[in-house]
Amino acid sequence: MSGPIIQVEGLGKRYTLKHQKRESYTALRDVITDRARSLFKPTVQQASTSEFWALKDLSFQIGQGDRVGIIGRNGAGKSTLLKILSRIVDPTTGRVTIDGRLASLLEVGTGFHPELSGRENIYLNGAILGMSRSEISSKFDEIVDFAGVDRFLDTPVKRYSSGMYVRLAFAVAAHLEPEILVVDEVLAVGDAEFQRKCLGKMKEVSMGGRTVLFVSHNMAAIQNLCNTAIYLKHGQLVTQGPTAEVINTYLKDAGSASEMDLASRVDRQGNGAIRYTRFHLTDGAGGAIAAAQSGSKVVFNFDFTSNATQLRDLEISMGIDDQYGQRITHLSNTVSGQSFANAEGKRCVRIEVPKCPLRNGNYTFTIFARVAGDTADYLLNAGSFQVESGDFFGTGRAPDEDQGTFFVDHSFALY
Amino acid sequence: MSSHRVIIGPGSVSQNYWRDLWQYRGLLLFLAWRDVMVRYKQTAIGILWAVLRPVLTILAMWFIGWLFGSTVPAGTPRLLMVCAATLPWQFFATSFSETSNSLISNSNLLTKVYFPRLILPFSTVLVSAIDFAVAFLILVIMMVWYAYLPGPEVFLLPLFVLLTLVVSFGAGLLIASLNVKYRDFRYVVPFIVQFGLYVTPVAFSSQDIFNNPGIPAVMKYLYACNPMVAVIDGFRYCLFGAAQTIHWPGFITSCCISLLLLFIGIRHFRRTERGFADII
Repeated sequence: MSGPIIQVEGLGKRYTLKHQKRESYTALRDVITDRARSLFKPTVQQASTSEFWALKDLSFQIGQGDRVGIIGRNGAGKSTLLKILSRIVDPTTGRVTIDGRLASLLEVGTGFHPELSGRENIYLNGAILGMSRSEISSKFDEIVDFAGVDRFLDTPVKRYSSGMYVRLAFAVAAHLEPEILVVDEVLAVGDAEFQRKCLGKMKEVSMGGRTVLFVSHNMAAIQNLCNTAIYLKHGQLVTQGPTAEVINTYLKDAGSASEMDLASRVDRQGNGAIRYTRFHLTDGAGGAIAAAQSGSKVVFNFDFTSNATQLRDLEISMGIDDQYGQRITHLSNTVSGQSFANAEGKRCVRIEVPKCPLRNGNYTFTIFARVAGDTADYLLNAGSFQVESGDFFGTGRAPDEDQGTFFVDHSFALY
Repeated sequence: MSSHRVIIGPGSVSQNYWRDLWQYRGLLLFLAWRDVMVRYKQTAIGILWAVLRPVLTILAMWFIGWLFGSTVPAGTPRLLMVCAATLPWQFFATSFSETSNSLISNSNLLTKVYFPRLILPFSTVLVSAIDFAVAFLILVIMMVWYAYLPGPEVFLLPLFVLLTLVVSFGAGLLIASLNVKYRDFRYVVPFIVQFGLYVTPVAFSSQDIFNNPGIPAVMKYLYACNPMVAVIDGFRYCLFGAAQTIHWPGFITSCCISLLLLFIGIRHFRRTERGFADII
């Protein structure tokens, strides 16, 4: 079909931030005292509030049947956008035209009541998501089957394990059949087996010609599911286009979070023959990236200064810890068999990893340098970097999220 | 395709608000059903609470009325008099306080799903109405017990049930939408309900006020302006006939107040509902 199904023009959402307020809500008392105070000092009110644009001047179109991934860092305005599209909050400026029945899934299990049984919650949740009673009845068996909770249908969901709870909740939502489906980061739940099932279901749903808007931090899922993507940053559109390109832009984005100043660190040891000053990540082509991606080439760059006249027998190593502080691997020029007998005049070390084996997550690194047998610089937990999920095996299949911390190239054979 | 066209803009009030409300009636019923189902879960005597609470209140009110010797028209059992007042009062009290809290207690829904927001207070009123219907059986049983047959006025009773609804829904809507922004009203509601019992003829009869020469006329008028006085006098009129006098100027004023409350409540609710999700 031609013509956009969703048209967004100059959309903006402003929030007023109130400072110096502990309460999460406005109390009449405060309003009265503020008003009273502002009688004498009219500027008080303005001083204590500031504006924040969660979305600003956002315009884009989405065509019928598009499967659109929305990516961006936390606070980029993704959820605000979804909330406006779902008519939960009002935009401050601009307008959105939607041609079709839109259902949104911003949270798994909205409206689930812990005291009600699984069966009752299926009906309740379905109604909340906009299904009619007969619609739910006709899909009831499918939902139960998908969630795999048939034995516990008459148990209150408060007795469910969290996994069962989430499975049931997603199952209901997955059987919605609107023309436009809006999904916020909901796949980040459940075990790997179930996540795969969810992704499969989402794919099935979107292949049926439906328009899908999908927010996720899981790049592999986005790559797998979406044919186009939108990249939001600070509430504004950076780019919209084919998924791979947009993800690339996102990972390479300037002002990258990967860049880290090390010069100002004082918690270091060593004689100063080398001092690391800056860390950043680059990709295979040498462009700065905000995060590494599983399966892609990544380069760790360390700039350094030196107070020594000579740099003899330079040894450099880097330890990588996972989020629990567990050492995962250790990179070192001595074990990789490269020796730097004379490093005079050098100001940067590049550590290349041709195919990043780490899974998505946050990693901490420790960096070490020895010059002529003496410790020159040693920065414990010098910084951290992010790895986004990627198609490590190049098979187009999203790997399970919680199966270990790294990938190993492998192959199978039958004899 | 264009049948479902939705245009979203700043402050854009949905053109089809009332039609939407009708389309979402299924959700309304589900939410009411949820509240009914959940209310007595994990209680030993379950739905009996819907009977037990009014019964105990009736007994207490009956005792107080008896203690202070409030007027009971000849031929009408005091217990019936009290019962005919306690039921609408409790109906008002529960539906008013539940409606006032309906938005806050469902804030998870408000911030995650779209539906016409009026559904929430509507469904809570519906639930209170169900409770009222159950409690109403007490009155019926008592009338059978006393072999008391009301006159033809009883057919006016639905009007006064409706009036109770108007009062509690109107006031509840207003407080509910104010509550989203100013949680102060969380404390106002129990106070109104508690205080209201003293100025509403539940334990006593309006005649005690109107026939008391010690009370100045202006106070009597003020008293009659309480919408719940109109409701309860109306209830007693319907059930016990001419035995009860209605203070007409006050009665008309309080009916007007009730309608005004409903109007203001709906208007304020409609004006603020687009912002609920932002500030709740």
